[in-house]
Amino acid sequence: MTSTVTPDRGPMTSAVSRWVFNSRRIRRETIIGWLFVAPALLMYAVFVLLPLLLSIAYSFFRWDGITPATWVGLKNYQTVLEVPDLLGTIFNAFKLVIFFSFIPVTLGLVVASVIHRVANGRLGAVARTVLFLPQVIPLVAAGIIWGWLLALSGLVNQILSLVGLGGATRAWLGDFDWALPAVGLIGIWVLLGFCTVLLLTGMTKVDPALFESARIDGAGWFKEFVSITVPLLRYEIGVCFTVTVIAALAAFDIVYVSTAGGPGNSTAVPGIQIYILAFTEQRIGLASALAVMLMILVVVAILPIQWLSRERKG
Amino acid sequence: MLTHWSARGARRRAPLMPLAVALVLVAAACSSNAASPTPAATPTPAPAQSDAAQTPAPSTAASLPSCGTGPVTLRAFFETGFDIPFKLSDEFKKQYPNVTWDISQDQFSNLINETPRVLAGDLAPDLIRLPTMVSFAKQGLLKNLDDYAAAFGWDKWPVPQLNQNRVAADGTRGSGSLYAMGINYSLTGIFYNKKLAAQIGMTAPPKTLAELDGLLAKAKSAGLLPIMEWGSAKSGMGLAFPLQALMASVGPVGPINDWIFQKKDATIDTPSNLVAAQHLEQWIKSGYFPKDINAIEYTDAASRFTKGEGVFTFNGDWQNAGYDTGLPGNVGFFVMPPADASGSPAAMSAPLTYGIAAKAKNADCAAFFLNWVATNPAARQIDVTVGGSNPGGPADATMPTVTAGSVTNDTLAAGPVIGKAGNSMDFIANSTSSIFAQGWTPELQKMVGGKEDAAGLLKAVQAEYLRELSQ
Repeated sequence: MTSTVTPDRGPMTSAVSRWVFNSRRIRRETIIGWLFVAPALLMYAVFVLLPLLLSIAYSFFRWDGITPATWVGLKNYQTVLEVPDLLGTIFNAFKLVIFFSFIPVTLGLVVASVIHRVANGRLGAVARTVLFLPQVIPLVAAGIIWGWLLALSGLVNQILSLVGLGGATRAWLGDFDWALPAVGLIGIWVLLGFCTVLLLTGMTKVDPALFESARIDGAGWFKEFVSITVPLLRYEIGVCFTVTVIAALAAFDIVYVSTAGGPGNSTAVPGIQIYILAFTEQRIGLASALAVMLMILVVVAILPIQWLSRERKG
Repeated sequence: MLTHWSARGARRRAPLMPLAVALVLVAAACSSNAASPTPAATPTPAPAQSDAAQTPAPSTAASLPSCGTGPVTLRAFFETGFDIPFKLSDEFKKQYPNVTWDISQDQFSNLINETPRVLAGDLAPDLIRLPTMVSFAKQGLLKNLDDYAAAFGWDKWPVPQLNQNRVAADGTRGSGSLYAMGINYSLTGIFYNKKLAAQIGMTAPPKTLAELDGLLAKAKSAGLLPIMEWGSAKSGMGLAFPLQALMASVGPVGPINDWIFQKKDATIDTPSNLVAAQHLEQWIKSGYFPKDINAIEYTDAASRFTKGEGVFTFNGDWQNAGYDTGLPGNVGFFVMPPADASGSPAAMSAPLTYGIAAKAKNADCAAFFLNWVATNPAARQIDVTVGGSNPGGPADATMPTVTAGSVTNDTLAAGPVIGKAGNSMDFIANSTSSIFAQGWTPELQKMVGGKEDAAGLLKAVQAEYLRELSQ
């Protein structure tokens, strides 16, 4: 645009030149801005947007990944809805939301609040570190250790026997009723630290005077927690829920390293099925359809959380 | 640990295989000592003959595919955690110094997922460990080995050896063009802890299923774990081993192989297989397997067995070295006995399958290597010593020697027995690429958990089989 501006416009010249100058400066800044964003944008486009669009495209084909693909329209989506084992994985994912999301966020709030109130010094730092440690440990190693802990002869059962609960011992990850909660427990262990640290950071931003005046007014821990902590941390809680709900619905690694979906599909989640369908069975189209449905499901589950946390805050 | 399991998984899932092992062994046993049909633990071959075995068609040597004399780089894709191909490639390099190896490797579980892309890529391997082969053959990713078979005389070897690696135009296995070769041939059966077996009064391997049942009951009442087996989805369900052994014990082997080879209208849901599945269900209900079996991985089961947990375990000869190390001199092996005393024993066996990419640059050299593995005495010795399995090859090839006291003596001796009976099978987990992960494993786990009965198991697996074939 600027290059087409001509100087022979009489009295408007100075305004125009200023406009041209500003416009050029803005344009230059815009370009520089885009340059800064470009590397990240490029990566995002190549590794997120492109695969996303390709997955959507693949989901309408029958394709083994090698030979030419055949257009099948919505057939793959129909298959996902018709095969009970595939649909069942989505129900399992929602059960995992309880363990990966509700418990870590609730427990994280309580723990963060306790640390914030009573253990602000070195003890708090130690507690934060210990709780956050699972985020740092490679999940595959953690999965093996949890496998040992939850085995029939593992530490968990040893402790149960020691306290007289020998009758409750079992191979937790191989038990139809307990495998999913056991996997959930690993999820709690992984995600509790993340939630606690995030919420604790949020608490430190709250004006201490609020807590102080509440205490002067005689508010106990619980009153303080309900009236100040939770309402003022709405945004952080929203972030915690968003991240953990996604972790539950799109779970793969924790399940894969602990049970691989067993026993008898009782812990099978969409992530595992997508992996098997795409790579073991070479059914790229069906795998993509399940992946697209999972993505839509995640978005549908996340939107209300986002809306709630933002709306009230505003 | 995982790599070890993957080796087993590989072996067990390795496509094709019927009687190869057996017949080869028969041949080997006959050639070394035709007069005595005894367990030729250490057949003493005539060393002078080994050269003859090395070049099956000496008269046409000039025209045979080879690695030539100039520098050749063989691009290979092997399976992590499995020594055999690496040891063989070292020995090959010693004998043919003009050949340089460019070896990539990966775990079996990754291999099964990445093979199509590796074969289709620009750097396609000359030699690759094949986790499965039917779909790759159909997709044109594998080199047709018919010409090599004719040139090297492979088609004159005991027939079933090659049949296991044949794929017909309609995608069924067992006949058609050759797409892979086994570098050795494993055998499965029942291993037992000799000390514990003596405790329950077992003086000789059971001759019938009823005798085996009797021993299991004795072990149970003696407070011992009758059978150690694994069942975690992370390793795949090990109960597929006893189940298939029972199928072959109570019924014919043919229909089982038809199902594995995807023959038209084949079904696993047959009356005799139902009897077998019910028998397994009874074993489960009788508490013959560890109660935490659904959480036990392959490596855990192997290690618990060598620590004395379990009188018996269903497994394959790839585990021989592990058993010899963990329980030296104390592990025996027998093949699954028939239900009827007049019947014959049966066994699963599968080749350790290697193929050549359709886009391979040095296919001739790779084919020469495959021929060398089966015919060169040093290579055959590595096959047996490192792998514990039969090296296959021409009928008149000599059998390598085995250390005294090794369970490998038992497994090698069992081969000819199965061969004579013609009761060799591929593994039911090999029928499609994911029947193990999507069918047998979850359904057998449900049976352990009391959530599935024998009839339901077979119906569910057959439905999954049809679903996978319909794609």
